[in-house]
Amino acid sequence: MRPCGPHARRSDPTCRAINAVLIQSRANPEVIYENLPDARGHFGPYGGRFVAETLMEPLQKLEEAYNALKNDPAFRAELDRDLALYVGRPSPLYPAERLTKKWGGAQIFLKREDLNHTGAHKINNTVGQALLAKHLGKTRIIAETGAGQHGVASATIAARLGLKCVVYMGADDVQRQSPNVYRMKLLGAEVIPVQSGTRTLKDALNEALRDWVTNVDDTFYVIGTVAGPHPYPMLVRDFNAVVGREVINQSQDMLGRQPDALVACVGGGSNAIGLFYPFITNDSVKMYGVEAGGDGIETGRHAAPLSAGHPGVLHGNRTYIMADANGQISATHSISAGLDYPGVGPEHSWLKDIGRVSYVSVTDDEALAAFHELTRVEGIIPALEPAHALAYAKKLAPQMARDQIIVVNLSGRGDKDIFTIAKREGISLT
Amino acid sequence: MTRINDVFGALQAGGGKALIPYITAGDPHPQQTVGLMHALVAGGADIIELGVPFSDPMADGPTIQLACERALMHNTSLWNCVEMVAEFRRTNTTTPVVLMGYLNPIEARGLDAFAAYAKQAGVDGVLIVDVAIEEAPEIAPRLRAQGLDCIFLVAPTSSGTRIESIAREASGYLYYVSLKGVTGAATLDVDSVAAKLDEIRAHTKIPVAVGFGIRDAASAAAVSRIADGVVVGSALVSQIEKHQNEAQKLPEILTRMLAEMRAAIDSTHA
Ligand SMILES: Cc1ncc(COP(=O)(O)O)c(C=O)c1O
Repeated sequence: MRPCGPHARRSDPTCRAINAVLIQSRANPEVIYENLPDARGHFGPYGGRFVAETLMEPLQKLEEAYNALKNDPAFRAELDRDLALYVGRPSPLYPAERLTKKWGGAQIFLKREDLNHTGAHKINNTVGQALLAKHLGKTRIIAETGAGQHGVASATIAARLGLKCVVYMGADDVQRQSPNVYRMKLLGAEVIPVQSGTRTLKDALNEALRDWVTNVDDTFYVIGTVAGPHPYPMLVRDFNAVVGREVINQSQDMLGRQPDALVACVGGGSNAIGLFYPFITNDSVKMYGVEAGGDGIETGRHAAPLSAGHPGVLHGNRTYIMADANGQISATHSISAGLDYPGVGPEHSWLKDIGRVSYVSVTDDEALAAFHELTRVEGIIPALEPAHALAYAKKLAPQMARDQIIVVNLSGRGDKDIFTIAKREGISLT
Repeated sequence: MTRINDVFGALQAGGGKALIPYITAGDPHPQQTVGLMHALVAGGADIIELGVPFSDPMADGPTIQLACERALMHNTSLWNCVEMVAEFRRTNTTTPVVLMGYLNPIEARGLDAFAAYAKQAGVDGVLIVDVAIEEAPEIAPRLRAQGLDCIFLVAPTSSGTRIESIAREASGYLYYVSLKGVTGAATLDVDSVAAKLDEIRAHTKIPVAVGFGIRDAASAAAVSRIADGVVVGSALVSQIEKHQNEAQKLPEILTRMLAEMRAAIDSTHA
């Protein structure tokens, strides 16, 4: 039987039989989206497991444990219970009526991940991985964090489960996200500022991998986004996919139909894939992943690997990255620490190549304007990350009809960002 | 026969063990690297591992991270590294050189172009830290096609099945990582290394060099009793760091340090 690869035709009966999920992309009718990743953790040419030998066996064990547990009814029940009673799910799908009126065009709905415990979508994944850690008998968890949301979510769940928690955070991010640093410390986590490289999220990830390789016997590495070596991009996606599943149900209940477009910001890509994944086979739903355009793509000062980078290998997977001609990883620039990352989850690279998702970018200034607009018009202070998604929705809505529906993933709340914004706007808070 | 096989063949015939120093190319300055390579040979190096600097060396500890940063301050590129080997080869045609680094800088230049250029320059082997056997099928054959040896890591966590598959892909030698950790860590345990080497040898006849955690003549000698080769990296690189501003002294310092290890290793096999 020939392998049912990315270039197999939809009409090929063997492919139909083998793959549970097959879709045909509009942009590229020759290409079919399979039920990915494959057994080696590949999404088409992306993903995989590019780490030093020492981590291979632990990754293999993690994959086996996850595959065994993910369909285990007891594990699922425990996860669902935590999501409902601890995280506070389901999160509302909120009709932003004043914003819709202001922007004109399609109706804007916000998926309120900002209302989750700890204030962002990150906790969905953290709760899941912490349960895995518990089942694997690990006593210590480590995490990397950019904006601090994933660090806070990890510290939170560690406190609840009585696990030791160490969070790596780029020294520059420690500066610009100081409220979250303090929250992590209150929760009992040790926050280690990372001084190497560009002192941001990518360096925190390097340092967390170094810790893991050293303490692999008792330590579980809770990666905060859909990057890293296989199986992380898969399991972080699966834990976040509750977002998209809820949107399917809520849309059906509230509107009797599914949305026309989904918009989410893309740092590593976990909130975006969480919203998108359950919709991937529904070809009538358009999807937009919004990257951080920083000062503007044309300035080179941005964090938009899908918009302006090229494929390479970083942090254990093959994906679009930002690097120079010699293959050295570039410094990135974004007002949002959570989007300030030169790579992106490998599944997004694949979804870009097959044309299933459109990846776009907005600048710091556009995101800031959207931040203020949502705050003033709807009384919701968004994090700077989803402010990027809002800024793109603002451009998209007027191009669509009034009876159409856009769902924006409001991935987190903006309390952590008010100091950054005040500083940028020359306002002193002390 | 490749140069690496020749070295291990000759050593095994005489009961000797390979001394394999590592330095990062371009550290402290690209103009010094070839001189330092010759200094390593003068100190008794059998094989040289030349590190290709990378901005995100996730398997390396602080010492080699800083070496990469120093090299990248001078924009040391993959092509520069290959050219350094070519220059080294003008006066040394016998000491094998292994380029050690991460995949992204290699792919940025193109794997096949790199393999051809490296071979032509006189590179003997390549160790890509973030390519284990999972991803090797797409990569190793293209290096081998140019006659380059593919050096792979084996770790304390590698199972018997993995060791077997690694040995099938590997040529030249296997690099056993003596401990769970990054380069420059300091807790090598000779007994557990010995036990793992027995396990590795049950699967393969390829020579096994041991690295990570070897910092002085004593630990080099201890490991040389059980391994076919001893890799010394961070201990040398920290000397480079310490003396980076008195670069004219560096060749002599490295030669002396290595010569001490050489003597300690040789005395255990005399
Ligand atoms: C609220 C929020 N949204 C989005 C992100 C970006 O991450 P991802 O792209 O994985 O969703 C972050 C990261 O810190 C975040 O805190």
